[in-house]
Amino acid sequence: MKCYLKTKLKIEYLLFLSVCFLIIGCNDTTEAYKLGQIEKINPGSKSYLKHEEIAVSPPPFTDGVFPCNDCHAFRKPNAVRRKLEWHEDITDMFNHDSENRWCLDCHDLIKRDSLRLASGKLLDFKESYKLCGQCHGDKLRDWEVGVHGRRTGDWNGKKQYYLCVSCHNPHSPKFKPLKPEAPPFREDAEIK
Amino acid sequence: MKKPVNYSGRRKFLKNLSIFAVGSLALSGCGPVTMKEFLQKNFRTLSKKEKDDIIKDLEKKYTAKYGKEFHVTDEPAAGGVEFGYALDLSRCVGCRRCVYACVKENNQSRDPQIHYIQVLQMEKEKGIDFAHSDVHYNPELVPEEGYFYVPVQCQQCRNPQCTEVCPVKATWQEPDGIVVVDYNWCIGCRYCMAACPYGARHFNWGEPTIPADEINPETHYLGNRPRMKGVVEKCTFCIKRVRNGKYPACVEVCPVGARKFGNLLDPDSEIRYILANKRVLVLKQELNTQPRFYYFFGV
Ligand code: HEC
Ligand code: HEC
Ligand code: HEC
Ligand code: HEC
Repeated sequence: MKCYLKTKLKIEYLLFLSVCFLIIGCNDTTEAYKLGQIEKINPGSKSYLKHEEIAVSPPPFTDGVFPCNDCHAFRKPNAVRRKLEWHEDITDMFNHDSENRWCLDCHDLIKRDSLRLASGKLLDFKESYKLCGQCHGDKLRDWEVGVHGRRTGDWNGKKQYYLCVSCHNPHSPKFKPLKPEAPPFREDAEIK
Repeated sequence: MKKPVNYSGRRKFLKNLSIFAVGSLALSGCGPVTMKEFLQKNFRTLSKKEKDDIIKDLEKKYTAKYGKEFHVTDEPAAGGVEFGYALDLSRCVGCRRCVYACVKENNQSRDPQIHYIQVLQMEKEKGIDFAHSDVHYNPELVPEEGYFYVPVQCQQCRNPQCTEVCPVKATWQEPDGIVVVDYNWCIGCRYCMAACPYGARHFNWGEPTIPADEINPETHYLGNRPRMKGVVEKCTFCIKRVRNGKYPACVEVCPVGARKFGNLLDPDSEIRYILANKRVLVLKQELNTQPRFYYFFGV
């Protein structure tokens, strides 16, 4: 019975506490360590993908657009920045620092089936994340360690990752809004 | 570290009530229970043979009820593993995909409705403020201008209040940190719900209903196996999946990649990287519950 009383007191105390403290605890990393008894690790010690990590899906091209050379093999490349009479969808949506950029900052003029880094190095479309990393190095680093972006699979083993371009259209990279799933009927329990 | 557990607590507690109350609690509370189930011991005190028998009985019962071959495991915690979770508040858009992936994986009742994850919409101007949050938001598209979203589920505390107050020790913390409930042992008193400052425990007020074609037959005894009326349930980090090396269902479904999961004891894990390199917070830190569920800002 004593034990039961103690329990009851504790519940009342807790209820009191949870009513009192609506505020949230915001702590910096050092405190998070103390909480979890975790010692500091060397930040950014992993800067490449592990080989057991593979892409969930190939580059998400529109049907029929790849290989680009199906058309471009028969066209004279034209490096002049201009309003294109083709690829209207892309020209219309193009909103990626578009004042200062154009197609050929990312696509190669001659080898149209490749992406191109500023250094002139050609890239397969499977490695488009390296292209993004040229200008978004911080994001690429977070993505490589699994913090930015999305992974599926095993938390301690084989994982699959999503490419940057499966979430961000390279021509208009802002993440597109989503339709939310249905709200709950009622709150069966709540945090207040 | 380990406190001695008093398994006789349930008996003592029950003795404090009249015989009539015992009968009605157990029978009305737990739906159709067999005498065998009613007399079952606490899961942690069962021998391997006793556990195997109980599990076989359960598999038979569920298979008959749902017309699908059921598997119930009791996969124990692996050594050297302590699970941790981190949620990126700068990414979450409040789309609620996680809520329903969880319902499906964990066989939550559709009606009456139980959701382990509540997604709270809050005003950016006010910051994290539970009193002025809204779970019923329902615009055409999310995120809405001026708002951010805080999904809340069981925080898997290192210092859980819910397990402390359970008069029958039907809920406890596993060695890998997951707080579990033995539904066969729970008497439905709901003290744990009152003790949880996160609203993360849920009571089956009615007989749970799940359409047979949506049931997940791959289950764990301490997790997503079907529950009965009168018991409390909660998020177990998808114990069936994570003890099998998989990510929890909510992590995999998140379209913005806001949800991160891993082993806190592994210095190479995603979760450790976040704790070392990002701005991290826990909810209601003043209560000293010491959650293993962290929130962070990925930007
Ligand atoms: C920021 C770099 C970047 C810029 C600038 C850019 N692109 Fe792209 N583009 C990409 C990447 C990366 C892909 C591959 C996407 C994928 O893997 O599905 C791509 C894909 C394409 C595709 C195939 C699209 C599809 O529907 O599958 C076409 C066509 C294209 N780009 C044309 C253009 C044109 C025309 C321009 C100039 C108006 C342009 N791009 C500007 C990076 C860029
Ligand atoms: C169906 C034919 C077709 C396909 C397939 C195609 N393009 Fe084009 N593309 C064109 C045409 C036509 C133009 C020229 C439009 C103009 O000059 O106004 C063009 C122009 C471009 C330009 C502007 C530079 C230039 O040389 O004119 C880029 C960059 C480009 N395409 C990229 C791509 C990429 C990358 C792919 C593959 C992912 C691709 N295109 C696939 C037809 C195609
Ligand atoms: C040549 C440099 C460069 C490359 C390559 C590049 N970006 Fe960007 N990106 C920028 C700049 C500059 C901005 C800021 C533009 C703005 O604010 O309008 C930006 C903005 C963004 C944004 C934020 C958009 C918003 O409105 O919130 C995203 C997301 C993004 N980039 C993704 C990518 C992805 C994915 C790739 C690879 C396919 C990529 N970027 C490649 C320069 C680059
Ligand atoms: C799982 C989907 C996903 C993947 C994969 C992903 N991102 Fe993002 N990213 C997001 C979301 C969601 C946001 C925040 C919403 C927004 O502003 O667009 C974001 C934001 C950004 C921003 C804007 C700055 C910020 O922090 O808000 C940049 C730049 C960016 N991502 C680059 C990348 C690059 C580069 C990659 C690949 C190395 C990548 N992303 C992979 C979902 C993703």
